[in-house]
Amino acid sequence: MTDLSDTTNDILIFKPLPDLPAPFESAGIVGWVKENLFSSKTNTLLTLLGIVFLWQTLPPLASWLIIDATWSLSPEPCPIENTGACWSFIVVKFRVLMFGLYPEEYLWRPILAVVIFVLVCTATVLRLVRTRLLIILWSVLPVLLLVLINGGMGLEPVEQSLWGGLMLSTGLASIGILMSIPLGILLAIGRRSRLILVKSICIGLIESIRGVPLITILFMASVMLPIFLPHGMDINNLLRVQIGIILFSSAYIAEVVRGGLQAVSKGQIEAADAIGLKQWMVTCFVVLPQALRHVIPSLIGRCVALFKDTSLVIIVGLLDFLGMIKASAQDPQWLGYDAEAYVFCAFVYWVICFSMSRYGKSIEAHNQWQ
Amino acid sequence: MAMIGEKMTHPNDCIIEIINLNKWFGNFHVLKNINLKVHKGEIIVICGPSGSGKSTLIRCINRIEKHQKGKIIVSGTELTEKIKNVSNVRRNIGMVFQSFDLFPHLTVLENLTLAPCWILKMPRKKAEALAMGLLERVQIHDQAFKMPGQLSGGQQQRVAIARALCMNPKVMLFDEPTSALDPEMVKEVLDVIQQLAHDGMTMICVTHEMGFAKQVANRIIFMDVGEIVEENQPDLFFSNPRWDRTQKFLNQIL
Repeated sequence: MTDLSDTTNDILIFKPLPDLPAPFESAGIVGWVKENLFSSKTNTLLTLLGIVFLWQTLPPLASWLIIDATWSLSPEPCPIENTGACWSFIVVKFRVLMFGLYPEEYLWRPILAVVIFVLVCTATVLRLVRTRLLIILWSVLPVLLLVLINGGMGLEPVEQSLWGGLMLSTGLASIGILMSIPLGILLAIGRRSRLILVKSICIGLIESIRGVPLITILFMASVMLPIFLPHGMDINNLLRVQIGIILFSSAYIAEVVRGGLQAVSKGQIEAADAIGLKQWMVTCFVVLPQALRHVIPSLIGRCVALFKDTSLVIIVGLLDFLGMIKASAQDPQWLGYDAEAYVFCAFVYWVICFSMSRYGKSIEAHNQWQ
Repeated sequence: MAMIGEKMTHPNDCIIEIINLNKWFGNFHVLKNINLKVHKGEIIVICGPSGSGKSTLIRCINRIEKHQKGKIIVSGTELTEKIKNVSNVRRNIGMVFQSFDLFPHLTVLENLTLAPCWILKMPRKKAEALAMGLLERVQIHDQAFKMPGQLSGGQQQRVAIARALCMNPKVMLFDEPTSALDPEMVKEVLDVIQQLAHDGMTMICVTHEMGFAKQVANRIIFMDVGEIVEENQPDLFFSNPRWDRTQKFLNQIL
């Protein structure tokens, strides 16, 4: 549009060109397939090999898992001639897998606990409530659910050796995560403290815990601790194991958070100092939020790892989800269903861990500052 | 030296006093025997080659850097190890950095209200009103609810100036406020600083913008290798430098 009429007073008026859509080959599905699957000879070969591999493995897997599988809810073992999976096994064992040996007459209590837990999780994930309320909710939740499951406050007590299954795994993991994140943050901040005593205590704790496998810590918590405790003082096994898990996890989280703290630029701290903020304010309002934002992926990774690590409690005699799977697979009435048991186990672990990592992604997306 | 700035009227007007300041980074002697008095309403520009200690000098004034020898007194309070003194001084001084250093996780408005809300215990509504007023003063109130990352460099620096003003400081320190900006954005920031100068704010500004220095400064200080080489009124400083080092510097940049 720069015709001569625009040039009358010697100044040309600049008009930007309009934006055009990208050419067809480089956009849309075709573009994606071309770019990602057939961009070079090697890539094409790998794509074809992948297709052949899936062609060979997927159909038999699907027929075992779904098509030929027995889906009946009858509490008897499946007929031998069935070639597919026998899911009635899971149906029959479902209660034990979820709640362990929890007495049947009180079963409504853990079920109610699960409902509340799922509701709060949903509210958290969908961001239905404000952050402040969320913090209150999550601090009250463990107490409430523990009372429900354990008894007390008018409810008949249920012995802790009867707790088990997925309820125990998620319980240990949730309380572990809820406690170890704040503890880990404190340890990380303490490790950077200028007070030499605080600093060395934090470093000592972190390094000595990180230097020991979780199994060892669980053993020590469960077997050795009672030996050291004064006579008559008794902390129950579950609590000791829970403390072991929290300590173990917080040492790792401390190191993750420390990485994030180091990523916050010095200029940020100087700017916060310069507007007159006190040191704890600088840490809480300026450094920590940015540091945590940097480490969300690894933090979620630690939470996932913690959830899976709870399966180790089997070695100190607690029957968590995996423990119950193992016990169920050894039931003489239901021998030969190991595959179903472990596939189901893997599936449940996967669903929970995958949800956690999706939630992590959504926190990341929600905290984009640009 | 009696003719420094028309606003110097009374010796009690002295708002910053630096006496025999010496500072080392490790074994490196960055600041050597610095003596400087800044009076109320004065606008001082510090210039000099990089590494001459000019940034370090103004960073010492609100104790972002610690000095080892000498005295710095800001409106009656001496800067020492005492945390109370330091926070006292910092409340009276606003600072603007070369790299803006806005808090990226807070909105523009929250960047401004953070200190008033927590240090002055101002109610949120009042702090927000104050912040909006300041944003208006730097002509950026329409961006109040954006994140700093969504703003241009010039806009971010103007927000940083507003943030520094939020605590109602007696002195403003500018550490090369336009060095990190695209050329097109330098002017909008300088205009804001000039407006502040016009309103009577005391300021010390480290900058390479000599045109700006000529226009607004009451006094120009030239530093090299950690010393104040020369200080003078702008017209004399540019037309008639006394030292060869100053002359050489001016020849390089003008």
